[in-house]
Amino acid sequence: MEAYFNLFVKSIFIENMIFAYFLGMCSYLAVSKTVKTAVGLGLAVIFVLAITVPINFLLDTYLLRPGALAWLGNDYASIDLSFLSFIMFIAVIASMVQLVEMIVEKFAPALYGALGIFLPLIAVNCAILGGSLFMQQKDFSGVVESAVYGLGSGIGWLLAILAIAAIREKITYSNVPAPLRGLGITFIITGLMALGFMSFMGIKL
Amino acid sequence: MNRDSNGYTFLFATLMVLVVASALAFTASSLKGLQAENVRKEKMQNILATIGIETDRDQAEGLYKKYIVEELALTHTGAVDTQSEAFKIQLNGELKKPVEAQRFPLYVADVEGKKYYVVPLRGAGLWDAIWGYLALKEDKNTIQGAVFDHKGETAGLGAEITQKWFQERFVDEKIIDQNGQLVGINVSKTNNDPTNSDKDDHEIDAISGATITGDGVTAMIAERLAHYLPYFSKEETPLALNN
Amino acid sequence: MTSKKSNNKPLFFFVNEEKEPLFSKKNRALLTDPLDDNNPITVQVLGICSALAITVQLKPAIVMSISVMAVMAASNVIISLLRNLIPNRIRIIVQLVVVASMVILVDQVLRAYAYDVSKELSIFIGLIITNCIVMGRLEAFALGNGVWKSFLDGIGNAAGYGVLLIAVAFFRELLGSGKLFGIQVIPDAFYEMGYVNNGLMLLSPMALITVGIIIWLQRARNRKLIEKN
Repeated sequence: MEAYFNLFVKSIFIENMIFAYFLGMCSYLAVSKTVKTAVGLGLAVIFVLAITVPINFLLDTYLLRPGALAWLGNDYASIDLSFLSFIMFIAVIASMVQLVEMIVEKFAPALYGALGIFLPLIAVNCAILGGSLFMQQKDFSGVVESAVYGLGSGIGWLLAILAIAAIREKITYSNVPAPLRGLGITFIITGLMALGFMSFMGIKL
Repeated sequence: MNRDSNGYTFLFATLMVLVVASALAFTASSLKGLQAENVRKEKMQNILATIGIETDRDQAEGLYKKYIVEELALTHTGAVDTQSEAFKIQLNGELKKPVEAQRFPLYVADVEGKKYYVVPLRGAGLWDAIWGYLALKEDKNTIQGAVFDHKGETAGLGAEITQKWFQERFVDEKIIDQNGQLVGINVSKTNNDPTNSDKDDHEIDAISGATITGDGVTAMIAERLAHYLPYFSKEETPLALNN
Repeated sequence: MTSKKSNNKPLFFFVNEEKEPLFSKKNRALLTDPLDDNNPITVQVLGICSALAITVQLKPAIVMSISVMAVMAASNVIISLLRNLIPNRIRIIVQLVVVASMVILVDQVLRAYAYDVSKELSIFIGLIITNCIVMGRLEAFALGNGVWKSFLDGIGNAAGYGVLLIAVAFFRELLGSGKLFGIQVIPDAFYEMGYVNNGLMLLSPMALITVGIIIWLQRARNRKLIEKN
């Protein structure tokens, strides 16, 4: 239980997808104008990560890893399908995103319009693919562990985008120079927040 | 046929999967031989590079056969397993096994009468795996050379471990301290020795901005070398004890 | 009046469906707009992740820009050719599969026939497939436009991406390690006087701030890009 909790906390703060690994920045920067859309996208990302990481874990363990096919029979133990990892992970992610897109379009059309192109872009969101690739590298012992990791990474992403959206909403009342307004100041603020997050890097859990 | 109908979607998807899967499978399997050859020759190139022999891939095999006189697969107790082929051992698979089941490859080189021991390394960097080879002189203490590689470290930062200027820092450093303990090499931010003149501190300068990769190198060296100590102490000759 | 949208015969290569000269004003704009007015990174907000990861030195930044240009040109053309055949519900998957398979095929071929080149590019492979610019332009342009226009759009956006990458990498390598292309540029005399490389420039937070400053400069010059509150 403690191991799960540690992993959960680690994936939210210490290995934060945005501030430690800088994955998923495009949607993070573009969709953080209001807290509402930010939360909408963040929840979608959590959903996709929490589901695709365990599914990809199962795919990796029982299909893709070298020797993974041993459950079919001993002659299959030498097959190495890891070159298909990328495509299979992406296929799983893209299908999940298509599902999310259909759900959002049906139940929250305003959010659908606000997210625009960034909803389908979740499929290529480096954070989502990164989650699966890191999972592959981290060697989890079971599907529950990978699910905890996926969920934690998603929550970390949501917290990051929530923070920047809140800040952006507040600084609309500040005297930002016109050319810096909007995207420019967001980049700089993100850079400063990232500097702050570097302090988490030394923590060992 | 209506583009958005279920039937068409299913048909298109199936067709696409078939085309892509066969294209990828065909390419991967037909090129597998060539790719494996390239990897094999690169391994020989890297092992030769640690003992100071630079070569291109075409000549690598010939020079390898000339200078590498023994390929040993060691067990964790230091015994030699004659059933395993050392060169074929894949470290990424080995590392997943329990220590008792692992086999540790050791390459013994003889260059103009001087003996060297080349130890393969593998560990974790920031983004993905890192690996390399470390060549020890006959005293099994002083480093002759080192070669590192990685799967996905950041270009310009962690990826610099593949560059000569980083690998050269390891030359002549010692892995065993005055008390006879294995300390490995610490890739350190506090080395304070930019010209690397102190060869007895078991430390080298880290790469700015690549702390985690550097820590990975330190850990990899310490972890892997420890497994070779049983064999090295069995091999102890009066000459080595004089160090 | 016939609608031009479904007038295209996507399976015939290079048929100039729109009856426009190859390098008409609109087509030329496809190449030049992304360099400034519609820059993928600073205006469309796509491709940020790689802009941070790959700009520590100039050389990888340039290699990445060229690779992205090749991938974008090819994938824009392929998707444009197939655009009337792709079912709407699975279009994201199809786009991704096309890009991913192409990149993986190229990687496999390089690994067999040009091993050294493939080692240099292997780290970029993952970064290219997930590069939002590639998918973004497929979705926003190639799915609804002809082959030649899509090709130009791909090249133009990749060029805009490359320009920004080179700008950021230039400052990061120069200020962060005193070199350009791996060659020492800041003379030793400076170091002796007490000049020290700004190590922070090598880290991602500074890359973000550098891009922010570039956006500042770009919008100060090109006032149409300034966001209205």
